[in-house]
Amino acid sequence: MGNDHRGLGRLVAALYFMSPVAVPAGEWSGQVGGEYRGFFEAPLFPEQHDSYFSAFAQPEYRHAWDNDKQRIAFVAFGRVSQYDEARTHADIRELNWQKSGDGYEWRVGVNKVFWGVTESQHLVDIINQTDLVENPDGEDKLGQPMINLTLVRDWGTLDFFVLTGFRERTFPGQEGRLRTAPPVDTQQAVYESSRGRRRVDYALRWHQSLGDWEVGLAHFSGTSRDPRLLPGIGSDGMPALIPYYDVIDQTSLDAQVTKGAWLWKLETIRRSGQGPAYAALTAGFEYTLSGILDSGIDLGLLAEYLYDDRGTTATTPFQDDVFAGFRLAFNDVSSSEALLGIIVDRDSDARIVSLETNRRFGKSTKLSLEARWFTGIPATDMLYSQRRDDYAQLELAYYF
Amino acid sequence: MLKRLLPSLLILIAFNAYAETPEEKGLAIAVESDRRDQGYGDFTVDLEMVLKNRHGDESRRKIRVATLEGKADGDKSHTIFNEPADVKGTALLTFSHKVDDDDQWLYLPALKRVKRITSSNKSGSFMGSEFAFEDIGSQEVEKYTYKFLREEACEGQTCLVMERYPVSKYSGYTRQVVWMDKAEYRPLRIDFYDRKGSLLKTLTWKDYKRYLNKYWRADEMFMLNHQSGKSTLLRWANYKFGNGLKDADFNQERLKRG
Repeated sequence: MGNDHRGLGRLVAALYFMSPVAVPAGEWSGQVGGEYRGFFEAPLFPEQHDSYFSAFAQPEYRHAWDNDKQRIAFVAFGRVSQYDEARTHADIRELNWQKSGDGYEWRVGVNKVFWGVTESQHLVDIINQTDLVENPDGEDKLGQPMINLTLVRDWGTLDFFVLTGFRERTFPGQEGRLRTAPPVDTQQAVYESSRGRRRVDYALRWHQSLGDWEVGLAHFSGTSRDPRLLPGIGSDGMPALIPYYDVIDQTSLDAQVTKGAWLWKLETIRRSGQGPAYAALTAGFEYTLSGILDSGIDLGLLAEYLYDDRGTTATTPFQDDVFAGFRLAFNDVSSSEALLGIIVDRDSDARIVSLETNRRFGKSTKLSLEARWFTGIPATDMLYSQRRDDYAQLELAYYF
Repeated sequence: MLKRLLPSLLILIAFNAYAETPEEKGLAIAVESDRRDQGYGDFTVDLEMVLKNRHGDESRRKIRVATLEGKADGDKSHTIFNEPADVKGTALLTFSHKVDDDDQWLYLPALKRVKRITSSNKSGSFMGSEFAFEDIGSQEVEKYTYKFLREEACEGQTCLVMERYPVSKYSGYTRQVVWMDKAEYRPLRIDFYDRKGSLLKTLTWKDYKRYLNKYWRADEMFMLNHQSGKSTLLRWANYKFGNGLKDADFNQERLKRG
């Protein structure tokens, strides 16, 4: 955990205790759980393992006062993992103060922000760094220190962000699976900006709901969240990949049209500053069949096209790929859900299949099963070093 | 539309009481029931849902609802889930429309993601309960066509009994039989008939209380599924009217606040 949060923590604490209103006690909640991740094939590298146990906790504290116009939130996360030192980690996901007024919202502190509409990847979502060591799907995010002002007007919602301090992407360690070869040495990260992690980044976003349409336009100017990985020598004298964080400008558009059971989705970006300027997009649909076979079960059919105009030189494996997905919502007492997805590379035989299911047991326990398969990955693909990392993961979490 | 039609409808009812068709009378009852509940402005309420399967196993959900009365169009509502703990903070924003599909946004707190979702799934279960989305949503007059059946004695009073037929092709019902008390035009019971025309569920209201000297709200609503043996009890508590809620309290920023 970095030191970047300390100043903000003090600020939030000061604001909280300076409040003139008598403050009733807030509320603790959160989850604790255990996870088992087992790999179907022997590892590619001798220092890797066949399976990994880990335990995690995510305590949350929330409190509102001033007639619910002011709020603080604190969300911490920590995991202890067998073998993989990089996966034993902790983070402050949220530590912020929010104030709502007539047509505006202030959010100051460490927070998380999501932008976008598509399911297979999140091109437009750029405010928070990815906590990649948590899950290769990139859905887990690190807390980002920020000052955010939201203006709500008739012509849309305008968000201003001052991002005070940079969070480095996490990567699996030497003994971890689902990693690059050679592994990433995060200790040696290089920044284009002379201010390094202390560079202040900016973002602006306009969003509007118009009838069936949701439209978002945004611009980000700052240190790229996804580093280029350059070959080098690690701190241990062995070959390593060194993260290089460019300063970029990214303009994005996201849109969704909702027509009956159809959701049509588009995300597109144009980025400069990370090699030659390029464009990328994700576009597709989600169609929901309600109550299939008179069962009360909903079946969602998803399809998306993933494109990056850099082609094979892209820093993403998804430069010309098709995603197809099936989502089952059982609408039962235990809120059972399942999502099966496959991403097919149109230029090779590379396929990633992923399955995510979960259900609740009793009042507060949730069981999640997740599995991924990587097949036909060619030597030129970024995921080549993960070709033997098919895995299944079982997680049991208790919510309080 | 209805507001403009209302005076002429009432005149029609007054002068043509004997010439009224069952369809006209059914509509007039629905319009009158709706009229009596107009003008409440806004309210907030706590809802506890008790889901029971045929073996008697119970499961609970706790929800907080805020509703803003619609003037030209349907109501706006904000629903936040507090229990079970794994869905705590999940919230739903609904702009209901009189005829068109509702607009609906779901907030997922773990991802901090607001998702515009389809509202065409009217017959789907709300939170695994015996209430479908169409049962729990805003009951606009325009969502059905009507037919008056009879007056009959019920629970020591006189009831108006009518049938209503959902307009939406996505509805899970062919028809509903509604019992309303003649004195206050409050729904007391609805029988729901599925797409095959068989009796599926019965909803009953219990312990009506009057708020602001005008607006009746029941403390309990009980839905029994005759085909599965499952049931859901809704317990409404802490009704608060006149909170001064505005349109600005029903947007995506509010949704993210939890």
